[in-house]
Amino acid sequence: MSLPVIEVKDLTFSYNSLGTTHTAIENVNLKIEKGELVGIIGHTGSGKSTLIQHLNGLLKPNSGTVLIDGEDIFSKECDLRKIRFKVGLVFQYPEYQLFEETVYNDIAFGPKNMGLSPDEIDKRVKEAAAFTGVEDYLNKSPFDLSGGQKRRVAIAGVIAMDPEILILDEPAAGLDPKGRDKILGQIKKYQREKGNTVLLVSHSMEDIAKLATKVLVMADGKVEAYDIPEKIFADTERIEKIGLAVPQITEVFEILKKNGIEIKESIFSVEYAKKVLLSLIGEGEDA
Amino acid sequence: MLSNITIGQYYPGSSPVHKLDPRTKILITVLYIVMLFAAAEVIGLLPGIIFFILSYIISGVPLKMIFRSLKPIIPLIVFTAVLNLFFVGNDVIFEFWIIKITGEGLRFSIFMIVRIIALIAGTSLLTYTTTPIMLTDGLESLLSPLKKLKFPVHELSMMMTIALRFIPTLIEETSKIMSAQKARGADLESGGLLKRAKALIPILIPLFVSAFRRAEELALAMESRCYHGGEGRTRLRELHFKLRDIISLLITALFLASVFVLNSL
Repeated sequence: MSLPVIEVKDLTFSYNSLGTTHTAIENVNLKIEKGELVGIIGHTGSGKSTLIQHLNGLLKPNSGTVLIDGEDIFSKECDLRKIRFKVGLVFQYPEYQLFEETVYNDIAFGPKNMGLSPDEIDKRVKEAAAFTGVEDYLNKSPFDLSGGQKRRVAIAGVIAMDPEILILDEPAAGLDPKGRDKILGQIKKYQREKGNTVLLVSHSMEDIAKLATKVLVMADGKVEAYDIPEKIFADTERIEKIGLAVPQITEVFEILKKNGIEIKESIFSVEYAKKVLLSLIGEGEDA
Repeated sequence: MLSNITIGQYYPGSSPVHKLDPRTKILITVLYIVMLFAAAEVIGLLPGIIFFILSYIISGVPLKMIFRSLKPIIPLIVFTAVLNLFFVGNDVIFEFWIIKITGEGLRFSIFMIVRIIALIAGTSLLTYTTTPIMLTDGLESLLSPLKKLKFPVHELSMMMTIALRFIPTLIEETSKIMSAQKARGADLESGGLLKRAKALIPILIPLFVSAFRRAEELALAMESRCYHGGEGRTRLRELHFKLRDIISLLITALFLASVFVLNSL
Protein backbone atom coordinates (compact mmCIF):
# COMPACT_ATOMS: atom_id res chain seq x y z
CA MET A 1 0.00 0.00 0.00
CA SER A 2 1.39 3.39 -0.97
CA LEU A 3 1.84 6.28 1.39
CA PRO A 4 -1.11 8.68 1.39
CA VAL A 5 -0.16 11.95 -0.30
CA ILE A 6 -1.98 13.97 2.37
CA GLU A 7 -2.31 12.78 5.92
CA VAL A 8 -4.01 14.90 8.58
CA LYS A 9 -3.70 13.85 12.21
CA ASP A 10 -5.85 15.19 15.06
CA LEU A 11 -5.91 18.66 13.57
CA THR A 12 -7.55 21.32 15.75
CA PHE A 13 -7.67 25.02 15.02
CA SER A 14 -9.56 27.90 16.58
CA TYR A 15 -9.87 31.54 15.61
CA ASN A 16 -9.37 34.09 18.36
CA SER A 17 -10.84 37.53 18.18
CA LEU A 18 -11.50 40.02 20.96
CA GLY A 19 -11.25 37.39 23.64
CA THR A 20 -13.78 35.04 22.06
CA THR A 21 -12.62 31.71 20.71
CA HIS A 22 -14.25 29.96 17.84
CA THR A 23 -13.17 26.42 17.13
CA ALA A 24 -13.19 26.06 13.37
CA ILE A 25 -11.96 22.50 13.08
CA GLU A 26 -11.62 19.86 15.75
CA ASN A 27 -9.74 16.58 15.73
CA VAL A 28 -9.73 16.15 12.00
CA ASN A 29 -8.17 12.90 10.80
CA LEU A 30 -7.86 12.21 7.13
CA LYS A 31 -5.83 10.24 4.59
CA ILE A 32 -5.97 11.11 0.92
CA GLU A 33 -4.40 8.81 -1.66
CA LYS A 34 -2.53 10.04 -4.69
CA GLY A 35 -4.53 10.67 -7.85
CA GLU A 36 -7.91 11.12 -6.20
CA LEU A 37 -10.28 13.96 -6.96
CA VAL A 38 -11.76 14.68 -3.58
CA GLY A 39 -14.95 16.70 -3.44
CA ILE A 40 -15.24 18.60 -0.15
CA ILE A 41 -18.77 19.47 0.89
CA GLY A 42 -20.19 20.98 4.05
CA HIS A 43 -22.46 23.78 5.16
CA THR A 44 -21.14 27.35 5.49
CA GLY A 45 -18.82 27.55 8.48
CA SER A 46 -18.22 23.80 8.64
CA GLY A 47 -14.45 24.31 8.47
CA LYS A 48 -13.80 23.50 4.80
CA SER A 49 -11.78 26.63 4.07
CA THR A 50 -9.93 26.40 7.38
CA LEU A 51 -8.96 22.81 6.66
CA ILE A 52 -7.59 23.51 3.18
CA GLN A 53 -5.50 26.44 4.45
CA HIS A 54 -3.71 24.02 6.77
CA LEU A 55 -2.74 21.74 3.91
CA ASN A 56 -0.20 24.26 2.56
CA GLY A 57 0.73 25.75 5.90
CA LEU A 58 -1.03 29.11 5.60
CA LEU A 59 -2.67 28.48 8.95
CA LYS A 60 -0.85 26.85 11.82
CA PRO A 61 -2.90 24.42 13.89
CA ASN A 62 -3.36 24.65 17.66
CA SER A 63 -2.60 20.95 17.76
CA GLY A 64 -2.17 18.10 15.34
CA THR A 65 -0.05 17.64 12.23
CA VAL A 66 -0.29 17.61 8.47
CA LEU A 67 1.92 15.26 6.47
CA ILE A 68 2.45 15.92 2.78
CA ASP A 69 4.17 12.95 1.12
CA GLY A 70 5.03 11.78 4.63
CA GLU A 71 6.74 15.05 5.58
CA ASP A 72 5.48 16.99 8.59
CA ILE A 73 4.95 20.47 7.17
CA PHE A 74 4.89 22.17 10.57
CA SER A 75 8.24 20.77 11.69
CA LYS A 76 11.14 23.19 11.92
CA GLU A 77 13.16 21.58 9.14
CA CYS A 78 10.37 21.91 6.62
CA ASP A 79 10.47 24.81 4.17
CA LEU A 80 6.87 25.97 3.90
CA ARG A 81 7.48 27.81 0.64
CA LYS A 82 8.51 24.54 -1.00
CA ILE A 83 5.35 22.92 0.32
CA ARG A 84 3.30 25.73 -1.22
CA PHE A 85 4.75 24.97 -4.64
CA LYS A 86 3.81 21.35 -4.16
CA VAL A 87 0.35 22.08 -2.81
CA GLY A 88 -1.26 24.69 -5.06
CA LEU A 89 -4.16 26.50 -3.42
CA VAL A 90 -6.71 28.50 -5.39
CA PHE A 91 -8.83 30.66 -3.12
CA GLN A 92 -12.44 31.64 -3.56
CA TYR A 93 -12.80 34.44 -6.12
CA PRO A 94 -9.12 34.18 -7.11
CA GLU A 95 -9.56 36.90 -9.75
CA TYR A 96 -9.20 39.51 -6.99
CA GLN A 97 -5.55 38.59 -6.48
CA LEU A 98 -4.42 39.51 -10.01
CA PHE A 99 -1.97 42.40 -9.97
CA GLU A 100 0.49 42.35 -12.87
CA GLU A 101 0.38 44.48 -15.99
CA THR A 102 -0.13 41.53 -18.30
CA VAL A 103 -1.75 38.15 -17.98
CA TYR A 104 1.60 36.60 -18.88
CA ASN A 105 3.40 38.25 -15.97
CA ASP A 106 0.67 37.35 -13.55
CA ILE A 107 0.78 33.67 -14.44
CA ALA A 108 4.60 33.86 -14.21
CA PHE A 109 4.49 35.13 -10.61
CA GLY A 110 4.36 31.65 -9.04
CA PRO A 111 7.04 30.06 -11.25
CA LYS A 112 9.28 33.11 -10.73
CA ASN A 113 8.98 32.70 -6.99
CA MET A 114 10.05 29.09 -7.45
CA GLY A 115 13.32 30.38 -8.88
CA LEU A 116 12.98 28.61 -12.23
CA SER A 117 15.02 29.53 -15.32
CA PRO A 118 13.46 32.06 -17.76
CA ASP A 119 13.00 29.34 -20.39
CA GLU A 120 11.25 27.06 -17.94
CA ILE A 121 9.05 29.95 -16.73
CA ASP A 122 8.07 30.74 -20.32
CA LYS A 123 7.23 27.10 -20.97
CA ARG A 124 5.18 26.80 -17.78
CA VAL A 125 3.24 30.01 -18.43
CA LYS A 126 2.33 28.98 -21.97
CA GLU A 127 1.34 25.49 -20.89
CA ALA A 128 -0.80 26.72 -18.02
CA ALA A 129 -2.44 29.37 -20.19
CA ALA A 130 -3.25 26.81 -22.86
CA PHE A 131 -4.54 24.44 -20.22
CA THR A 132 -7.10 26.90 -18.89
CA GLY A 133 -7.79 28.39 -22.31
CA VAL A 134 -6.40 31.91 -21.82
CA GLU A 135 -3.51 31.70 -24.30
CA ASP A 136 -5.05 34.43 -26.48
CA TYR A 137 -4.95 37.07 -23.74
CA LEU A 138 -1.33 36.69 -22.59
CA ASN A 139 -0.40 40.26 -23.53
CA LYS A 140 -3.59 41.89 -22.27
CA SER A 141 -4.01 43.51 -18.88
CA PRO A 142 -5.82 41.14 -16.52
CA PHE A 143 -8.10 44.03 -15.52
CA ASP A 144 -9.54 44.23 -19.05
CA LEU A 145 -10.83 40.66 -19.03
CA SER A 146 -14.29 39.36 -18.15
CA GLY A 147 -14.96 37.69 -14.80
CA GLY A 148 -14.71 34.17 -16.16
CA GLN A 149 -11.52 34.92 -18.06
CA LYS A 150 -9.96 36.49 -14.96
CA ARG A 151 -10.87 33.41 -12.97
CA ARG A 152 -9.14 31.18 -15.50
CA VAL A 153 -6.04 33.40 -15.49
CA ALA A 154 -5.88 33.15 -11.70
CA ILE A 155 -6.21 29.37 -11.81
CA ALA A 156 -3.52 29.24 -14.51
CA GLY A 157 -1.29 31.19 -12.10
CA VAL A 158 -1.45 28.28 -9.67
CA ILE A 159 -1.35 25.51 -12.28
CA ALA A 160 1.85 27.07 -13.71
CA MET A 161 3.60 25.98 -10.53
CA ASP A 162 2.66 22.42 -11.56
CA PRO A 163 1.57 21.40 -8.05
CA GLU A 164 1.21 17.71 -7.27
CA ILE A 165 -1.80 18.58 -5.19
CA LEU A 166 -4.23 21.19 -6.44
CA ILE A 167 -6.79 22.57 -4.02
CA LEU A 168 -9.61 24.80 -5.24
CA ASP A 169 -12.14 26.62 -3.09
CA GLU A 170 -15.36 26.97 -5.08
CA PRO A 171 -13.67 27.59 -8.43
CA ALA A 172 -16.99 27.81 -10.26
CA ALA A 173 -18.86 30.17 -7.90
CA GLY A 174 -20.57 33.02 -9.72
CA LEU A 175 -19.76 31.84 -13.23
CA ASP A 176 -22.21 31.20 -16.05
CA PRO A 177 -22.92 27.54 -16.95
CA LYS A 178 -20.49 27.58 -19.87
CA GLY A 179 -17.61 29.05 -17.86
CA ARG A 180 -18.35 26.66 -15.04
CA ASP A 181 -18.25 23.55 -17.29
CA LYS A 182 -15.02 24.75 -18.86
CA ILE A 183 -13.23 25.27 -15.56
CA LEU A 184 -14.49 22.09 -13.96
CA GLY A 185 -13.62 20.11 -17.10
CA GLN A 186 -10.04 21.38 -16.94
CA ILE A 187 -9.79 20.54 -13.27
CA LYS A 188 -10.91 16.98 -13.98
CA LYS A 189 -8.34 16.84 -16.75
CA TYR A 190 -5.63 18.00 -14.37
CA GLN A 191 -6.38 15.01 -12.18
CA ARG A 192 -7.10 12.35 -14.80
CA GLU A 193 -4.45 13.11 -17.40
CA LYS A 194 -1.60 14.25 -15.20
CA GLY A 195 -2.30 11.88 -12.33
CA ASN A 196 -2.30 14.70 -9.77
CA THR A 197 -4.37 14.87 -6.63
CA VAL A 198 -7.15 17.45 -6.65
CA LEU A 199 -9.27 18.72 -3.78
CA LEU A 200 -12.37 20.60 -4.79
CA VAL A 201 -14.58 22.54 -2.39
CA SER A 202 -18.04 23.06 -3.80
CA HIS A 203 -21.63 23.69 -2.82
CA SER A 204 -22.91 22.09 -5.98
CA MET A 205 -23.71 18.45 -5.30
CA GLU A 206 -24.17 17.90 -9.03
CA ASP A 207 -20.59 19.00 -9.74
CA ILE A 208 -19.22 16.86 -6.93
CA ALA A 209 -21.23 13.83 -8.02
CA LYS A 210 -20.04 14.25 -11.59
CA LEU A 211 -16.33 14.83 -10.89
CA ALA A 212 -15.25 13.41 -7.57
CA THR A 213 -13.73 10.02 -6.96
CA LYS A 214 -14.08 10.52 -3.19
CA VAL A 215 -16.25 12.84 -1.15
CA LEU A 216 -15.29 14.46 2.14
CA VAL A 217 -18.25 15.68 4.16
CA MET A 218 -17.52 18.29 6.83
CA ALA A 219 -19.99 19.26 9.54
CA ASP A 220 -19.37 21.57 12.51
CA GLY A 221 -15.60 21.42 12.15
CA LYS A 222 -15.45 17.65 12.07
CA VAL A 223 -15.17 15.05 9.35
CA GLU A 224 -18.65 13.62 9.01
CA ALA A 225 -17.77 11.12 6.33
CA TYR A 226 -15.08 10.32 3.75
CA ASP A 227 -16.02 7.78 1.15
CA ILE A 228 -16.83 7.16 -2.49
CA PRO A 229 -19.74 9.27 -3.82
CA GLU A 230 -21.97 6.20 -4.26
CA LYS A 231 -21.93 5.59 -0.52
CA ILE A 232 -22.09 9.24 0.53
CA PHE A 233 -25.16 10.05 -1.53
CA ALA A 234 -26.87 6.76 -0.67
CA ASP A 235 -27.77 8.12 2.76
CA THR A 236 -30.02 11.02 1.85
CA GLU A 237 -31.29 11.51 5.38
CA ARG A 238 -27.83 11.91 6.86
CA ILE A 239 -26.79 14.41 4.20
CA GLU A 240 -29.93 16.46 4.68
CA LYS A 241 -29.60 16.42 8.46
CA ILE A 242 -26.33 18.38 8.27
CA GLY A 243 -27.87 21.02 6.03
CA LEU A 244 -26.73 19.70 2.67
CA ALA A 245 -28.62 18.13 -0.19
CA VAL A 246 -28.06 15.15 -2.41
CA PRO A 247 -27.86 15.78 -6.18
CA GLN A 248 -31.22 16.58 -7.74
CA ILE A 249 -31.24 13.37 -9.78
CA THR A 250 -30.82 11.37 -6.56
CA GLU A 251 -33.84 13.17 -5.12
CA VAL A 252 -35.89 12.26 -8.18
CA PHE A 253 -35.02 8.63 -7.69
CA GLU A 254 -35.83 8.79 -3.97
CA ILE A 255 -39.34 9.86 -4.93
CA LEU A 256 -39.57 7.13 -7.57
CA LYS A 257 -38.56 4.59 -4.91
CA LYS A 258 -41.19 5.89 -2.53
CA ASN A 259 -43.79 5.42 -5.25
CA GLY A 260 -43.00 1.78 -5.48
CA ILE A 261 -40.55 1.62 -8.37
CA GLU A 262 -37.83 -0.80 -7.48
CA ILE A 263 -34.32 0.58 -7.88
CA LYS A 264 -31.60 -1.03 -5.83
CA GLU A 265 -28.56 1.18 -6.26
CA SER A 266 -28.18 4.85 -5.33
CA ILE A 267 -28.13 7.09 -8.35
CA PHE A 268 -26.29 10.37 -8.39
CA SER A 269 -25.39 11.11 -11.99
CA VAL A 270 -27.66 11.85 -14.90
CA GLU A 271 -25.80 9.46 -17.21
CA TYR A 272 -26.23 6.57 -14.85
CA ALA A 273 -29.85 7.49 -14.23
CA LYS A 274 -30.51 7.31 -17.94
CA LYS A 275 -29.07 3.82 -18.15
CA VAL A 276 -31.12 2.60 -15.20
CA LEU A 277 -34.31 4.19 -16.50
CA LEU A 278 -33.87 2.73 -19.99
CA SER A 279 -33.36 -0.74 -18.60
CA LEU A 280 -36.45 -0.29 -16.40
CA ILE A 281 -38.56 0.72 -19.40
CA GLY A 282 -37.12 -2.15 -21.37
CA GLU A 283 -38.26 -4.57 -18.67
CA GLY A 284 -41.69 -2.96 -18.63
CA GLU A 285 -42.12 -3.59 -22.34
CA ASP A 286 -41.07 -7.18 -21.94
CA ALA A 287 -43.73 -7.88 -19.36
CA MET B 1 -1.60 39.33 12.88
CA LEU B 2 -3.71 41.91 11.11
CA SER B 3 -6.78 41.21 13.18
CA ASN B 4 -5.02 42.64 16.25
CA ILE B 5 -5.64 46.21 15.17
CA THR B 6 -8.28 47.68 17.44
CA ILE B 7 -9.40 50.83 15.60
CA GLY B 8 -13.14 50.80 15.22
CA GLN B 9 -13.46 47.61 17.20
CA TYR B 10 -16.48 47.75 19.38
CA TYR B 11 -16.65 45.67 22.56
CA PRO B 12 -20.35 44.92 22.95
CA GLY B 13 -21.95 45.51 26.34
CA SER B 14 -24.80 47.22 28.13
CA SER B 15 -22.93 49.03 30.90
CA PRO B 16 -23.70 52.64 31.90
CA VAL B 17 -20.68 53.69 29.85
CA HIS B 18 -22.06 51.99 26.75
CA LYS B 19 -25.43 53.66 27.29
CA LEU B 20 -24.07 57.20 27.55
CA ASP B 21 -24.87 59.57 24.72
CA PRO B 22 -21.98 59.47 22.23
CA ARG B 23 -21.71 63.28 22.44
CA THR B 24 -21.17 62.98 26.20
CA LYS B 25 -18.49 60.38 25.66
CA ILE B 26 -16.70 62.52 23.09
CA LEU B 27 -16.81 65.53 25.42
CA ILE B 28 -15.60 63.43 28.34
CA THR B 29 -12.74 62.14 26.20
CA VAL B 30 -11.76 65.70 25.32
CA LEU B 31 -11.89 66.67 28.99
CA TYR B 32 -9.85 63.58 29.81
CA ILE B 33 -7.16 64.58 27.33
CA VAL B 34 -7.08 68.07 28.86
CA MET B 35 -6.80 66.38 32.26
CA LEU B 36 -3.66 64.54 31.17
CA PHE B 37 -2.04 67.51 29.49
CA ALA B 38 -2.84 69.94 32.28
CA ALA B 39 -0.85 67.82 34.71
CA ALA B 40 2.48 69.45 35.51
CA GLU B 41 4.00 66.61 37.52
CA VAL B 42 3.62 62.82 37.84
CA ILE B 43 1.26 63.34 40.76
CA GLY B 44 -1.02 65.41 38.54
CA LEU B 45 -1.60 62.39 36.31
CA LEU B 46 -3.13 60.49 39.23
CA PRO B 47 -6.73 61.73 38.75
CA GLY B 48 -6.52 60.79 35.06
CA ILE B 49 -5.27 57.30 35.85
CA ILE B 50 -7.94 56.76 38.50
CA PHE B 51 -10.52 58.13 36.09
CA PHE B 52 -9.72 55.78 33.21
CA ILE B 53 -9.36 52.70 35.44
CA LEU B 54 -12.71 53.46 37.07
CA SER B 55 -14.26 53.94 33.64
CA TYR B 56 -12.93 50.59 32.47
CA ILE B 57 -14.32 48.88 35.56
CA ILE B 58 -17.75 50.47 35.12
CA SER B 59 -17.79 49.68 31.39
CA GLY B 60 -17.10 45.98 31.94
CA VAL B 61 -14.44 46.06 29.22
CA PRO B 62 -11.72 43.67 30.43
CA LEU B 63 -8.53 45.43 31.52
CA LYS B 64 -6.49 43.22 29.21
CA MET B 65 -8.01 45.17 26.33
CA ILE B 66 -5.79 48.04 27.47
CA PHE B 67 -2.69 46.03 26.57
CA ARG B 68 -4.17 45.22 23.22
CA SER B 69 -4.57 48.90 22.41
CA LEU B 70 -1.07 49.70 23.73
CA LYS B 71 0.74 47.06 21.71
CA PRO B 72 1.05 49.01 18.44
CA ILE B 73 2.51 52.06 20.16
CA ILE B 74 5.21 50.29 22.20
CA PRO B 75 7.95 51.56 19.83
CA LEU B 76 6.68 55.12 20.29
CA ILE B 77 6.72 54.75 24.08
CA VAL B 78 10.24 53.34 24.07
CA PHE B 79 11.44 56.07 21.69
CA THR B 80 9.94 58.85 23.82
CA ALA B 81 11.35 57.37 27.01
CA VAL B 82 14.87 57.01 25.61
CA LEU B 83 14.86 60.47 24.09
CA ASN B 84 13.79 62.11 27.32
CA LEU B 85 16.03 59.95 29.45
CA PHE B 86 19.25 60.98 27.72
CA PHE B 87 18.66 64.47 26.49
CA VAL B 88 16.73 66.31 29.19
CA GLY B 89 18.14 68.04 32.25
CA ASN B 90 21.64 68.37 33.65
CA ASP B 91 21.64 67.00 37.21
CA VAL B 92 23.60 63.83 36.40
CA ILE B 93 22.86 60.87 38.68
CA PHE B 94 24.43 58.11 36.62
CA GLU B 95 27.25 58.24 34.14
CA PHE B 96 28.84 55.57 31.98
CA TRP B 97 31.04 56.24 28.97
CA ILE B 98 29.04 58.74 26.87
CA ILE B 99 25.73 57.88 28.50
CA LYS B 100 24.50 60.35 31.09
CA ILE B 101 21.26 59.92 32.95
CA THR B 102 19.90 62.89 34.81
CA GLY B 103 17.42 62.96 37.64
CA GLU B 104 15.22 65.32 35.69
CA GLY B 105 15.47 63.15 32.58
CA LEU B 106 14.43 60.10 34.54
CA ARG B 107 11.49 61.89 36.12
CA PHE B 108 10.43 63.39 32.83
CA SER B 109 10.59 60.15 30.88
CA ILE B 110 8.49 58.32 33.50
CA PHE B 111 6.04 61.21 33.31
CA MET B 112 5.86 60.95 29.51
CA ILE B 113 5.45 57.16 29.50
CA VAL B 114 2.61 57.28 32.02
CA ARG B 115 0.96 60.09 30.09
CA ILE B 116 1.10 58.30 26.73
CA ILE B 117 -0.15 55.04 28.22
CA ALA B 118 -3.02 56.82 29.99
CA LEU B 119 -3.81 58.75 26.82
CA ILE B 120 -4.06 55.70 24.57
CA ALA B 121 -5.74 53.47 27.14
CA GLY B 122 -8.32 56.08 28.06
CA THR B 123 -9.22 57.19 24.56
CA SER B 124 -9.48 53.58 23.36
CA LEU B 125 -12.34 53.14 25.81
CA LEU B 126 -14.35 55.54 23.66
CA THR B 127 -14.10 53.23 20.65
CA TYR B 128 -14.55 50.10 22.76
CA THR B 129 -17.86 51.30 24.17
CA THR B 130 -19.25 53.26 21.22
CA THR B 131 -20.10 51.82 17.84
CA PRO B 132 -18.46 53.70 14.95
CA ILE B 133 -21.89 54.74 13.71
CA MET B 134 -22.83 56.27 17.08
CA LEU B 135 -19.45 57.95 17.22
CA THR B 136 -19.86 59.74 13.91
CA ASP B 137 -23.49 60.56 14.74
CA GLY B 138 -22.25 62.19 17.92
CA LEU B 139 -19.50 64.03 16.10
CA GLU B 140 -21.89 65.27 13.45
CA SER B 141 -24.23 66.59 16.11
CA LEU B 142 -21.40 68.28 18.02
CA LEU B 143 -20.06 69.92 14.88
CA SER B 144 -23.45 70.95 13.51
CA PRO B 145 -23.02 74.63 14.52
CA LEU B 146 -20.29 74.78 11.86
CA LYS B 147 -22.99 74.24 9.20
CA LYS B 148 -23.76 77.95 9.50
CA LEU B 149 -20.24 78.60 8.20
CA LYS B 150 -21.00 76.38 5.16
CA PHE B 151 -18.79 73.66 6.56
CA PRO B 152 -19.88 70.26 5.09
CA VAL B 153 -20.50 68.56 8.45
CA HIS B 154 -22.84 65.87 7.19
CA GLU B 155 -20.65 64.95 4.25
CA LEU B 156 -17.64 64.75 6.51
CA SER B 157 -19.35 62.50 9.00
CA MET B 158 -20.71 60.29 6.21
CA MET B 159 -17.18 59.93 4.89
CA MET B 160 -15.96 59.04 8.35
CA THR B 161 -18.74 56.51 8.83
CA ILE B 162 -17.89 54.85 5.54
CA ALA B 163 -14.17 54.87 6.26
CA LEU B 164 -14.66 53.33 9.69
CA ARG B 165 -17.14 50.82 8.34
CA PHE B 166 -14.65 49.60 5.76
CA ILE B 167 -11.60 49.24 8.00
CA PRO B 168 -12.49 45.68 9.09
CA THR B 169 -13.53 44.81 5.54
CA LEU B 170 -10.23 46.00 4.13
CA ILE B 171 -8.26 44.25 6.85
CA GLU B 172 -10.03 41.02 6.01
CA GLU B 173 -9.43 41.61 2.32
CA THR B 174 -5.74 42.28 2.94
CA SER B 175 -5.24 39.07 4.84
CA LYS B 176 -7.08 37.14 2.12
CA ILE B 177 -4.87 38.62 -0.60
CA MET B 178 -1.77 37.99 1.50
CA SER B 179 -2.75 34.34 1.88
CA ALA B 180 -3.43 34.03 -1.82
CA GLN B 181 -0.06 35.49 -2.79
CA LYS B 182 1.73 33.43 -0.17
CA ALA B 183 0.10 30.37 -1.70
CA ARG B 184 1.83 31.37 -4.93
CA GLY B 185 5.14 31.50 -3.12
CA ALA B 186 5.32 35.23 -2.39
CA ASP B 187 7.96 35.84 0.24
CA LEU B 188 6.82 38.59 2.58
CA GLU B 189 8.93 37.87 5.61
CA SER B 190 12.55 37.91 4.53
CA GLY B 191 14.98 40.13 2.65
CA GLY B 192 16.07 43.74 2.95
CA LEU B 193 13.91 46.84 3.07
CA LEU B 194 13.78 47.26 -0.70
CA LYS B 195 12.91 43.62 -1.30
CA ARG B 196 10.18 43.78 1.29
CA ALA B 197 8.73 46.95 -0.17
CA LYS B 198 8.68 45.29 -3.58
CA ALA B 199 7.01 42.24 -2.09
CA LEU B 200 4.10 44.48 -1.07
CA ILE B 201 3.17 45.30 -4.67
CA PRO B 202 1.27 42.04 -5.24
CA ILE B 203 -0.79 42.90 -2.16
CA LEU B 204 -1.34 46.63 -2.59
CA ILE B 205 -2.47 46.57 -6.21
CA PRO B 206 -5.30 44.05 -5.73
CA LEU B 207 -6.24 45.89 -2.55
CA PHE B 208 -6.55 49.24 -4.35
CA VAL B 209 -8.46 47.68 -7.21
CA SER B 210 -10.94 46.11 -4.85
CA ALA B 211 -11.26 49.28 -2.76
CA PHE B 212 -12.24 51.24 -5.88
CA ARG B 213 -14.63 48.51 -6.94
CA ARG B 214 -16.25 48.56 -3.50
CA ALA B 215 -16.50 52.34 -3.54
CA GLU B 216 -18.27 52.25 -6.88
CA GLU B 217 -20.66 49.54 -5.73
CA LEU B 218 -21.41 51.45 -2.56
CA ALA B 219 -22.08 54.68 -4.44
CA LEU B 220 -24.49 52.82 -6.74
CA ALA B 221 -26.23 51.17 -3.81
CA MET B 222 -26.63 54.52 -2.03
CA GLU B 223 -27.96 56.24 -5.11
CA SER B 224 -30.43 53.46 -5.81
CA ARG B 225 -31.78 54.08 -2.32
CA CYS B 226 -32.14 57.77 -3.16
CA TYR B 227 -29.39 59.11 -0.92
CA HIS B 228 -29.13 62.85 -1.51
CA GLY B 229 -27.01 64.25 1.29
CA GLY B 230 -27.84 65.67 4.68
CA GLU B 231 -30.63 68.12 3.92
CA GLY B 232 -33.92 67.04 5.48
CA ARG B 233 -32.59 63.65 6.47
CA THR B 234 -34.16 62.02 9.53
CA ARG B 235 -32.46 59.60 11.88
CA LEU B 236 -33.15 56.06 12.99
CA ARG B 237 -31.67 56.77 16.42
CA GLU B 238 -32.09 60.29 17.68
CA LEU B 239 -29.65 61.48 20.29
CA HIS B 240 -31.01 62.73 23.61
CA PHE B 241 -29.09 63.94 26.64
CA LYS B 242 -30.25 62.18 29.82
CA LEU B 243 -29.59 62.70 33.52
CA ARG B 244 -26.71 60.21 33.47
CA ASP B 245 -24.99 62.29 30.81
CA ILE B 246 -25.06 65.38 32.97
CA ILE B 247 -23.88 63.47 36.05
CA SER B 248 -20.94 61.86 34.23
CA LEU B 249 -19.90 65.20 32.74
CA LEU B 250 -19.98 66.73 36.22
CA ILE B 251 -17.86 63.90 37.64
CA THR B 252 -15.34 64.35 34.83
CA ALA B 253 -15.21 68.09 35.54
CA LEU B 254 -14.48 67.31 39.20
CA PHE B 255 -11.58 65.09 38.21
CA LEU B 256 -10.27 67.84 35.95
CA ALA B 257 -10.53 70.36 38.76
CA SER B 258 -8.57 68.04 41.05
CA VAL B 259 -5.71 68.07 38.55
CA PHE B 260 -5.46 71.84 38.87
CA VAL B 261 -5.62 71.54 42.65
CA LEU B 262 -2.77 69.01 42.59
CA ASN B 263 -0.80 71.25 40.24
CA SER B 264 -1.00 74.17 42.59
CA LEU B 265 0.18 72.16 45.61
